[in-house]
Amino acid sequence: MTAVDTPAAASALDVAAVRADFPILSRTVRDGKALVYLDSGATSQRPRQVLDAEREFLEQHNAAVHRGAHQLAEEATDAYESARARIAAFVGADPASLVFTKNATEGINLVAYAMSNAATAGPDAARFTLGPGDEIVVTELEHHANLVPWQELCRRTGATLRWFEVSPDGRLDLDSDPITERTKVVAFAHQSNVLGTVLPVAELVRRARAVGALTVLDACQSVPNRPVSFTGLDVDFAAFSGHKMLGPSGVGVLYGRQDLLAAMPPFLTGGSMIEMVRMEGSTYAPPPQRFEAGVPMTSQAVGLGAAVDYLSAIGMDAVEAHEAALTGRALDALAEVPGVRVVGPTDLVDRGGVVAFVVDGVHAHDVGQVLDDRGVAVRVGHHCAWPLHRRFGVAATVRASVHVYNTPAEIDALVDGVRAAQKFFGVA
Amino acid sequence: MQLEQMYQEIILDHYRSPHGAGLRDPFDAESFQINPTCGDEITLRVRLDEGKVAEISHETLGCSISQASASVLTDLVVGRSVEESMRVLTAFQEMAQGRGQVEPDEDVLGDGVAFAGVARYPARVKCALLGWMAFKDAVVRVSGDVPGTAGGTSDGKDAT
Ligand SMILES: Cc1ncc(COP(=O)(O)O)c(C=O)c1O
Repeated sequence: MTAVDTPAAASALDVAAVRADFPILSRTVRDGKALVYLDSGATSQRPRQVLDAEREFLEQHNAAVHRGAHQLAEEATDAYESARARIAAFVGADPASLVFTKNATEGINLVAYAMSNAATAGPDAARFTLGPGDEIVVTELEHHANLVPWQELCRRTGATLRWFEVSPDGRLDLDSDPITERTKVVAFAHQSNVLGTVLPVAELVRRARAVGALTVLDACQSVPNRPVSFTGLDVDFAAFSGHKMLGPSGVGVLYGRQDLLAAMPPFLTGGSMIEMVRMEGSTYAPPPQRFEAGVPMTSQAVGLGAAVDYLSAIGMDAVEAHEAALTGRALDALAEVPGVRVVGPTDLVDRGGVVAFVVDGVHAHDVGQVLDDRGVAVRVGHHCAWPLHRRFGVAATVRASVHVYNTPAEIDALVDGVRAAQKFFGVA
Repeated sequence: MQLEQMYQEIILDHYRSPHGAGLRDPFDAESFQINPTCGDEITLRVRLDEGKVAEISHETLGCSISQASASVLTDLVVGRSVEESMRVLTAFQEMAQGRGQVEPDEDVLGDGVAFAGVARYPARVKCALLGWMAFKDAVVRVSGDVPGTAGGTSDGKDAT
């Protein structure tokens, strides 16, 4: 797999054909305006192929997976496990190392709660226990989903939270490294959902490993947008959400190294995750079942399987190149607008397709409202990265984010809308 | 264009030169409110005098709607009895949360009726209410309860 921005890869993506697969993109909003959807970083749209896969599953094969011996139960289980296998291949992992969760937030919480449960789970789980004197390291750019669960884990165990800082240009400040012999976990985003910055995963893994700390990668903003191999990155855990990668909401994935999952105590307990149950106590199934208590989301998992098929057919190199071209166009055009300041790297080096910015004299909400009036959907606010916004001294930013179906003309519509907002509020 | 319905000239005027802006002393109570969805903040001070709202001052870090709303609030409640001001607050809140279905009473709300357009945009309702929730909270801090309103939930600050 080579990830290079070759024009060949870019031209491999036929945007018009792609757009035809997404029914929602042809609707209008706010009195007949064409929808310009630039909020895929929050949630992406779903192609017909995903919607059809869910419907076909529900119309033909629906049953509780891993339970029952009837034909539908077999077919449903096959569909569910086949989705797991294809998603695993998509992220360079073995199917047995993939746990289905509700979303990335649940995946990260699963690890955090398993670690607090480790205190009473016997010698196998000892490597996961934390206590006073131990430290968890995160970064200042994390989404709340990869920050608050660690704050809570610290609160429950007496461990201490430390963090890498972010430099003014929106990169991780590797000199602010708080990793020490006390560090037990290093949790960080693959790509910032605000700055677009891609973090130096290999370097962070190297530093974590040097002190024997576990690594947890928040891959929410990377898996949807570029080729990613968890085994290649050599992280211990990783989490992502289906709804940001053209798949359904209600399904996400936690990846864990198999030896770690095998030793890790469960988070949620109940049906489907047991090996043997007696009134006096129970033993638990091997992973991934140990971490999938209860009847799981099934049509959603099937839909996510269809989403990775769809993305694979396009090719993640082509997706990455397409998004890079759009991001470059946005960065160039916004740089031409006086009074607009991009928060994050202004070049394409180690940078993905989310562009956050502030407009001098116009609050992000007000910019967003003018854009919305023109049919342009962006996100405004702190995007669940409040400490990062505080770091940059802003309460809120406007964030545009792209995916396979976006076009250069849509980037131009964004920039036109920003100029219109300046005009409307009398700052240009 | 729908934009003008929301950003009526009155709102833009208040936004450009907000009344009550800048924190002043002395005061009886201060309230700090945030909108957790966007991070906007207001610090609002109230001074009461013999059951009347004598002064309001505020520092608002937020969008045009939240700033203009705090300004209109200042105009509407200063000089009124606390009880009257709570009636205005209730009317403003009903309009703001009315999804555009509540016909505002200009006699009660004055310039506040300009926010009727905001009520059609659910995402902005909290912006319009931020200052009002700070005012209510500050009054509670002075008087221990809120005269003239039922219940004590401040809808402006629930997390979503
Ligand atoms: C970087 C990052 N991490 C975590 C999340 C949380 O994802 P979810 O809400 O699907 O659990 C998001 C999405 O909002 C994100 O962008």
